[in-house]
Amino acid sequence: MIYFDKVSKIYSDSSAALQDISFHIEPNEFVSIVGQSGAGKTTLLKMILAEEYPTEGAVFFESANIHKLRKDDLNKYRRRIGTVFQDFRLLPNKTAYENIAFAMEAAGRSDEEIAADVPHVLELVDLGRKMWSFPGQLSGGEKQRVAIARAIVNQPDLIIADEPTGNLDPVNTFEIIQILKKINDLGTTIILTTHNKGVIDSLNKRVITMDNGKIIRDEKSGGYVI
Amino acid sequence: MFWTKVKRVIKSGWVAFWRNGYVSLASVLVMTVALLVISAIIYSDALLNSTLQNIKNKVDINVYFVTDAPEDQILTLQQQLNAQPEVASTTYISSDQALAAFKDRHATDQYTLQALSELDSNPLGAILNIQAKDPSQYEGIVQYLNTEDTSVASGTTPIIDKINYDQNKTAIDALNRIIAASRTLGLVLAIFFALIAILITFNTIRLAIYISRDEISVMRLVGASNKYIRGPFVVEGLLYGLSSALITIILLYPASYWLGPISDNLGTGINLFDYYLQNFFQLLVILLVSGLVIGAISSYLAVKKYLKI
Repeated sequence: MIYFDKVSKIYSDSSAALQDISFHIEPNEFVSIVGQSGAGKTTLLKMILAEEYPTEGAVFFESANIHKLRKDDLNKYRRRIGTVFQDFRLLPNKTAYENIAFAMEAAGRSDEEIAADVPHVLELVDLGRKMWSFPGQLSGGEKQRVAIARAIVNQPDLIIADEPTGNLDPVNTFEIIQILKKINDLGTTIILTTHNKGVIDSLNKRVITMDNGKIIRDEKSGGYVI
Repeated sequence: MFWTKVKRVIKSGWVAFWRNGYVSLASVLVMTVALLVISAIIYSDALLNSTLQNIKNKVDINVYFVTDAPEDQILTLQQQLNAQPEVASTTYISSDQALAAFKDRHATDQYTLQALSELDSNPLGAILNIQAKDPSQYEGIVQYLNTEDTSVASGTTPIIDKINYDQNKTAIDALNRIIAASRTLGLVLAIFFALIAILITFNTIRLAIYISRDEISVMRLVGASNKYIRGPFVVEGLLYGLSSALITIILLYPASYWLGPISDNLGTGINLFDYYLQNFFQLLVILLVSGLVIGAISSYLAVKKYLKI
């Protein structure tokens, strides 16, 4: 589904964020990427979202080089990916409902679909009661659940979760990971980065360990080892 | 789908305008100041025009005829002058009227009156007062008079004694230069202040959108197209413009009411309050168009910066 072909990213001051990275992610996989801060995890995710461009090599999504997509195609491609971030990145002036509706509007869905799907997906993350709350009125765990609801509402092929539990307490962390597992069970590929050893060890899924811009370990069902 | 998108963009812009209350208020206030500057430019232009027109109207030339000039010839000449495109108006003052006016002017001067009564006949000739449409045209009119005079009186002595243009020439030329310079200066100042007003507004809207830069990146990540992201911001910019134009036209009412008598007393020949009432819709249209254009273009350009990813 996603294929990194000898990708390097070198910033202008000649420090390499990624060095000669190659790996494959199959459909319906749950891949965790671990490593210390500055290991290159976020750069790697930004490559997949086409927020960053590789200095060398290429990144493929179903045989299409994502860095050579035209603007329209790039927008369509991004709609096939749901993103969840440590800092939630909700639109602060829109309610939970509107935040999710916005992603559907961007994907060109009809008003009827939006009216039907948004409450449904909010129920899925157990936030039906907070539908009309603004992000400022929600707790960290609730915000992250809104972000997940937004990520899954367009039924994406892939969900990218960049340290989604970094700002959450253990109970919320557990709940968020459970939701992600459930989404994966329903057939969506998930790429997760985290610093949380407990999360990685409990998942028992594929783990890619990075250090200094390189992949130093790639295990089918690994644990958190740095 | 197109209309659904348009509807969503307008709604989204409207909602953002209300929810970002303080940011909107700040932008609207700054833009109101900018539009007030533009109104001040319009008012100054009206004042300048009216004052210059007033001064121009005070400039005229007198044609003094010889005392024995036949009245019908003078009246023929007056008709010919009135037919000239550059002549605004002419006034004929017969020698009797000229004498009466002279006596009036010197009513307290016994010696002059006595000297006058010693004479057998009226020493004053008839006068033709001419006003041109523009002071720069007097030279041509004087030339015309000089050639006409010889032909009217063909063979006989000329009927024109003298034209006071030559005495007034320096004053008229100086006035022409002042009028031209005032116009240029007025235009330069107007452009200068309008530019400053536009730049300040642009910067304010840019700051308002800078606050939203993270939102824009989130919108991009959920795959929203550039047009769909930009639309609501442009709608917000249009709303800033609309609100500011309405506030400005309302603020102009008391301002004009207060300035009206002052401008009248200054001898500018214009009452700004009357000007406001007479040109209300014209002013409103200018303010609306300026506000909407500045708002929309500022927003469009400001968002562009964050759409590059």
